[in-house]
Amino acid sequence: MKVPLSWLREYVDLPAATAHEIADRLTAAGLKLEAATSYGHDVKSVVVGEVLAIEELQGFKKPIRHCQVEVGEAAPREIVCGATNFVVGDRVPVVLPGGVLPGGFEVGARKTYGRMSEGMICSERELGLSDEHNGIMVLPEGTPIGADVAELLGLRDDVIELEITPDIGYALSIRGVAREAATAFGVAFLDPADVSPPAEAAPSYPASIADASACDRFVLREIQGFDPATPSPLWMRTRLSRAGMRPVSLAVDVTNYVMLELGQPLHAFDATRLDGEIVVRRAEPGEKLETLDHAVRTLDPEDILITDSSGAISMAGTMGGLNTEISGTSTDIVIEAAHFSASGVARMSRRHNLVSEASKRFERGVDRELPLYASWRAVSLLAELGGGVIQPGVTHAAIETEPVQISIPSGYPGRVAGVVYDRETVVRNLEQVGCTVVEGSVEPADELAAKLAVTGDDMLTVTPPSWRPDLTDPNDLAEEVIRIEGYDKLPSILPGAPAGAGLTPGQRLRRRTGRALAASGHVEILAYPFFGERDLDNLQLPADDPRRLAVRLANPLSEDEPLLRTTLLPGLFKTLVRNVGRGFGDVALFETGLVYRPSEGAPATAPVLGVDRRPDAGELASIEAALPAQPLWAGVVLAGEAERSGWWGKGRQASWADAVEAARVVAREAGVVLDVRADRHEPWHPGRCAALYVGDVLVGHAGELHPRVIEAYGLPPRTSAMEIELTRLEELTPGPVQVSSISAYPIATQDVALIVEAATPVAEVEAALREGAGELLESIRLFDVYTGAQVGEGSKSLAYSLRFRAADRTLTVEETTAARDAAVALAGERTGARLRGA
Amino acid sequence: MSNYDPVEVTPLHADEVARMQAEALDAVKAARDLDELKQVRLAHAGDRSPIALANREIGALPPAARSEAGKRIGGARKAVADALTERQAQLEAERDERVLIEETVDVTLPWDRTARGARHPLTTLQERIADAFVGMGYEVAEGPELEGEWFNFDALNISPDHPARSEHDTFFVESVDSGKVLRTQTSPVQIRALLSRTLPVYVISPGKVFRTDELDATHTPVFHQVEGLAVDEGLTMAHLKGTLDRFAEVMFGEGITTRFRPNYFPFTEPSAEMDLRCFVCRGASAVPGNPHCRTCKSEGWIEWGGCGMVNPRVLVACGVDPSRYSGFAFGMGIERTLMFRHNVEDMRDMVEGDVRFTLPFGMEV
Repeated sequence: MKVPLSWLREYVDLPAATAHEIADRLTAAGLKLEAATSYGHDVKSVVVGEVLAIEELQGFKKPIRHCQVEVGEAAPREIVCGATNFVVGDRVPVVLPGGVLPGGFEVGARKTYGRMSEGMICSERELGLSDEHNGIMVLPEGTPIGADVAELLGLRDDVIELEITPDIGYALSIRGVAREAATAFGVAFLDPADVSPPAEAAPSYPASIADASACDRFVLREIQGFDPATPSPLWMRTRLSRAGMRPVSLAVDVTNYVMLELGQPLHAFDATRLDGEIVVRRAEPGEKLETLDHAVRTLDPEDILITDSSGAISMAGTMGGLNTEISGTSTDIVIEAAHFSASGVARMSRRHNLVSEASKRFERGVDRELPLYASWRAVSLLAELGGGVIQPGVTHAAIETEPVQISIPSGYPGRVAGVVYDRETVVRNLEQVGCTVVEGSVEPADELAAKLAVTGDDMLTVTPPSWRPDLTDPNDLAEEVIRIEGYDKLPSILPGAPAGAGLTPGQRLRRRTGRALAASGHVEILAYPFFGERDLDNLQLPADDPRRLAVRLANPLSEDEPLLRTTLLPGLFKTLVRNVGRGFGDVALFETGLVYRPSEGAPATAPVLGVDRRPDAGELASIEAALPAQPLWAGVVLAGEAERSGWWGKGRQASWADAVEAARVVAREAGVVLDVRADRHEPWHPGRCAALYVGDVLVGHAGELHPRVIEAYGLPPRTSAMEIELTRLEELTPGPVQVSSISAYPIATQDVALIVEAATPVAEVEAALREGAGELLESIRLFDVYTGAQVGEGSKSLAYSLRFRAADRTLTVEETTAARDAAVALAGERTGARLRGA
Repeated sequence: MSNYDPVEVTPLHADEVARMQAEALDAVKAARDLDELKQVRLAHAGDRSPIALANREIGALPPAARSEAGKRIGGARKAVADALTERQAQLEAERDERVLIEETVDVTLPWDRTARGARHPLTTLQERIADAFVGMGYEVAEGPELEGEWFNFDALNISPDHPARSEHDTFFVESVDSGKVLRTQTSPVQIRALLSRTLPVYVISPGKVFRTDELDATHTPVFHQVEGLAVDEGLTMAHLKGTLDRFAEVMFGEGITTRFRPNYFPFTEPSAEMDLRCFVCRGASAVPGNPHCRTCKSEGWIEWGGCGMVNPRVLVACGVDPSRYSGFAFGMGIERTLMFRHNVEDMRDMVEGDVRFTLPFGMEV
């Protein structure tokens, strides 16, 4: 809401404060300053002049005039002007040499078109009054020569733009802001709605309300013989444009002016185009209306319409119909001022994607007592400024409504604030916002009101004013009192929360995972969780891959990415490509985040439950059932050098092994040991893909990416990746570590070299050795893998170091050899391994 | 000692002992390196050295003479041993000097063989904030990102016709009336906490939220908020102020407080906008004539978030009796906090995952 302070000052006796001081007070009251614009304060030496003579200069591409202008100085000024809309004798605004126009534009004396020009004759736009620039501004006859134009035309003003929260629709008006300003400064408020319309006995244009839920007040007044050619006065156009509305024509400008001033949206019909009685009703199925913006709209049976015998003529409080619109020839005008259902207008506005100044106000609540006054103010202005005769009579259709009454103990606002406000303060503040306050209490109006009711000593019953439909609950009243007393006066008291249990094991695991991955050289990213079909294809996912079952957004930002991710990998890939493109080829990235995995056959719709009570378990379960599973995953992608080359020698390329190791890093934090098995799983390289198990539970995959995936995403060659489900690891995390006593007896080491077939997984050999060696085995380590002539084609040699130790004695050579032999024997049995050289 | 045979024992004569000692000391002094000193040690302090041999003869002396001879030999041996120790230390020092200097390397050589990693500051900032509240006794509550509309709106007193509902530029799951949305705020976690926990409830819930804004310097469709909720008997707005003042101090240092301005949120009543005292200029820049502050743009205060007393309607929807319990809630943007705390000027830097942005933050924020 843009508020010109000159307008505001008409209705509130503000002290001589700066725009920012006024805005600060309003901000403290909840009307937050968005921007302040100052108009015309830099204007200097613009005076009224009279054109004494005009010489048309010849030989230029456009008409140029050289004028003699009397400005009240010793001699007239000579001024060159490109406009032609004035004649000798006209009074015009002239900026003298050395003068300044709005925006700091300085004007000097200079030679132009071969003549001297001492200043400039100004247009409205040059004076910062409007966008009018078709010619210069001609002032009314008799405007005193030499007078200060800035003063005369009110060029100087300040406009404060306030952010109006959705609850206080009344503040979308000069009237509402003035009321708040008066309270904030403790000064008098003059109600602009106080216009004393005459008592009318007869109705004006016939109208009725057919749907009481759509509209509870409908007022019409008529004016005839209006001169549509009369322009809007400058002051009105200036105010409208400074308040952010484009001046159109007098009739339209008046309705907008009254709306801005009072907050009541108005509609003007051309009376000659109306046909029969006006009825406010809901739309009929299939009904259509061509609106002012030339769109033919198919109406919804819930839409609230203004109709006449011809059908719909306006969408209530949203947009008028084209057919009954006032035009440049309308002389007889019917002004509508109504009070429509806030939710009705809100839905209609949303349904048709139509937001207007009127709908914004109706949605947020308009004073239901305003229509009689606002309509009178409008017809009065139209008659005053555009001729015309106000027709006697007023049409006033109304549905009686019960005013809201709220009972609170006088101490309640203090109870909410944590301060004691005495009774007088509470009553005074509530009265300041316009409430009526009486002693005693009333019964709650309904079941919800009963749940919200507060009781106590010294009950007050409060009736909020008609312009505050937002005040319905005890807490609404508490806020008004606390707000007017000042939020800045609230004390600061730290409550004693009960002792908490700290982070959950899952939350701690997540933190450890992040730290461990970062400590091992990975940089965390937070990619957007959107992706598209193209990603599913780029990942080479088969048709039946569960990751293809993704949640689709109804209104995605990008048509290419309408799905919610079922895997973290695409986001990681794209971020890696971005980093490589920016010159960082050696990158290891990780992300931990949710993926969205809908289950086949889940309900398509999550029910929207009531809010007047706690939903029961079944109702809540019905929402949960419709939501997809949202497990937490960790993902890693690596490319380039994992260990950098440098003066120390050659580095090491990141590979499938780093990806698997990243998974182990995560698993270690979860306290589990990964069982790594060879697998074929998209998007990984079929020969370089590891399935990651904890026991028999598959928790993720790691390895080098499939070359086709690398190509599709433009990743560096041999890019590797890992993805592991943290939610599942959390569930598998064992209890606290159990320590066995540390043996001080000496270690006995035995090395073995085993020949196995090249395709035999090392993990299987090691598992067999470990099991075969029995409990004397302390650790086992593969220290060499050899393939070559010495072991024969199709075989490989695995060199292991086995370390044995007993808890209670020094082992003998016989014991360790027996354990080693048992290990080798089991490996032989399970994997065909034989001792090298044997 | 009956078979004692008194003989003259030459090596134990004072002159002789002095000579052996002098000889030994000369040899020690003459040793040029540790190997030579080792030889000297063998020759003059070893078991077969003249002094050691002389020592053995003490037993042959008459008892009366033994003590004096013993003293003499002992003195000599100590002198030699001391000299050896001293020379040893000297020679070792010389050797170290020589050898270790030969091993000198250029310690200014760079070493970036292993890559550095880092956590994203938006993550660590969320943890930091959570920790501040965990320290006050709060627990961290969580909820799904793809949420039921009832949780995201209705239960929070944002009815379908509410203007606030259309102001949230919501991502809807297909179809629009599926009742499922990407949560537009972390507030639905309040509802989940109230439905699932026993009162009193003190929770903090950081997390990802979504609005249909295109990414630019100041907007991102996916961002993070942190939401706090306390529901207990007798909680007041003064408690809310106290909590946020304490939080401001924990995050930004002693003396940094908050300021409330009236605002509107459907799920709180009364509601307030919360400003943070500028932690850089501490408000000084707002005084005309003082230097400009880029952090608060010389306003002295930084807009930080929203807060208020939990609307009793929200309590009713969660089955909490508002005549017995009251509560407060607050929320703030993590991106915004990171931006003003670390002078981040472009939202895109936080979103794009460029390692140059994240690496300097390391593990903490």
